[in-house]
Amino acid sequence: MLEVALHHRFSGIDLDLEFDAGAGITALFGRSGAGKTTVISAVAGLLRPGEGRVVLDDKVLFDAKRGVWVPPHRRRLGYVFQDARLFPHLDVRKNLNFGARYAPRGSTGAGFDDVVALLGLEGLLDRAPATLSGGEKQRVALGRALLSHPRMLLMDEPLASLDGPRKQEILPYLERLRDGDLRLPILYVSHAVDEVARLADRLVLLQDGRIKAQGALFDVMADPAAVPLLGVREAGAVLEADVIAHADDGLSTLAISAGQLELPGVQAPVGARVRLRVLAQDVILSRDRPVGLSSVNVLPVRVEAVHPGDGPGAAIALRAGSDRLLARVTARAVQDLGLRDGVDCFAIIKATTVAPGSIGR
Amino acid sequence: MALDAAAWDALLLSLRVASVAMLLSLPLALWVAWILARKEFRGKGLLSALVHLPLVLPPVVTGYLLLLAFGRNAPLGRLLESLGIGLAFHWTGAVLAAIIMGFPLMVRAMRLAIEAVDPKIEAAAATLGAPRVSVFARVTLPLILPGILAGAVMGFAKAMGEFGATITFVANIPGQTQTLPSAIWTALQVPGGENRALAMAALAGVVALVAVLVSEALARRVAKRISGAR
Repeated sequence: MLEVALHHRFSGIDLDLEFDAGAGITALFGRSGAGKTTVISAVAGLLRPGEGRVVLDDKVLFDAKRGVWVPPHRRRLGYVFQDARLFPHLDVRKNLNFGARYAPRGSTGAGFDDVVALLGLEGLLDRAPATLSGGEKQRVALGRALLSHPRMLLMDEPLASLDGPRKQEILPYLERLRDGDLRLPILYVSHAVDEVARLADRLVLLQDGRIKAQGALFDVMADPAAVPLLGVREAGAVLEADVIAHADDGLSTLAISAGQLELPGVQAPVGARVRLRVLAQDVILSRDRPVGLSSVNVLPVRVEAVHPGDGPGAAIALRAGSDRLLARVTARAVQDLGLRDGVDCFAIIKATTVAPGSIGR
Repeated sequence: MALDAAAWDALLLSLRVASVAMLLSLPLALWVAWILARKEFRGKGLLSALVHLPLVLPPVVTGYLLLLAFGRNAPLGRLLESLGIGLAFHWTGAVLAAIIMGFPLMVRAMRLAIEAVDPKIEAAAATLGAPRVSVFARVTLPLILPGILAGAVMGFAKAMGEFGATITFVANIPGQTQTLPSAIWTALQVPGGENRALAMAALAGVVALVAVLVSEALARRVAKRISGAR
């Protein structure tokens, strides 16, 4: 468990925050300039804040009041940078092995062969970093961090410098890391909602150096108050669904607690549990069960909260079985439909709105 | 062959002076290059100017200043003389002159190499558990090594050719302080000495050419290594 408290004015950013990150992937989300990289650098010890405290599993890494400062090389935090930062004079194998000699005697962690297999690095071992693609560099950087046997991984927008296909190339490896045997806690900095929705277990929302919300991913993503922080076009609930069947026409049937959804582009096999991201702006509300619609995805829902926005829109928190959804409608619709806490209605979800990249675990 | 024993003596002395000067100034030049490349402090501009001063000062002025500071009648010179380190009119004085004249060139080459190393790469090494000394030994040093070598070659070549400051400070005593350039100059003062001068000039040319070729090759290597990072 990582506990972070920082109070400091760095160049341009006034940080004042407290959060913690436990098992699994904790995403630190914020727009550029929110202070994400400053926070992760302070955790790693590359920056020294004026005030604050950083504790990892009862080991104090930094405590301004008590004058404790553990230098970065003794923190045992594996840092994966946005720009890979491989050593240009060493080949991939030597890059991977760089940190091995500094791991304490008897420390447990991934073995060389395991990491190479996990990240698909077999063919790259004798290559020079300059000859690698962006995605390959990031995989090597990740392997290098893992092989230093860290107690936690810090990842600073590891996908931000990659294009779409390269991102898709790396994401499965990150998921393997999350779901595999290593059980390494990860602090994952990102400004991309789709990455966070796909990877994170916990979500910490950062804005202007302050924490605006934190909690389990499913809770924060379904919180109407989080809509302006994530952006009105990006906000939307994340839920888990089981793949029931794949039909010949390309649609797949997925079961959630409130019923079934027909979605295109599902690659996971039948029986798999996948994450769905349902954008708030793609959910339409109706007081009556709609008939004769082109969309087949209609779920009975109950309004849990109405959260007026700054503009003409409002975010509506919905309960669908044991799941939660988020809808974004106009304030006028709230009036006309009489939407308020406890009202039962129907949510229409356009099946095509769930992008393939946001499906799958 | 116009290369007599005196000419070979001059060449050997020049090689000795240049080698010793290069080896002695290497650590200091590296340190100065490091702080000029990486540190911010008051007086950095002044330090940089002082280091580069011998490049723009007439060499005879540098030699004269050395004589004023380390001459046999100067307090500092007397002190060193009593310690057994005579400088003025001594081959060790030629070493000091060579160090001062070659220093700016060495610092410049090393500073460029150090500035080309991204400190972010070093930070990455630290997060992998490497203490500061290991980061330098395993990351920084290999990356700047060609730059250090290039600087050393430049310093060596400069020391081989240094004339003005040397002859002013340690004079031109055959077998003692007569370096190759001094010997060439002396030969030109003697009627009929052109052949000797020409032969020694060719010798100096060969040494200089080899030094510059080595330096260029090393500079290309550093550029290639560093560009591999991006």
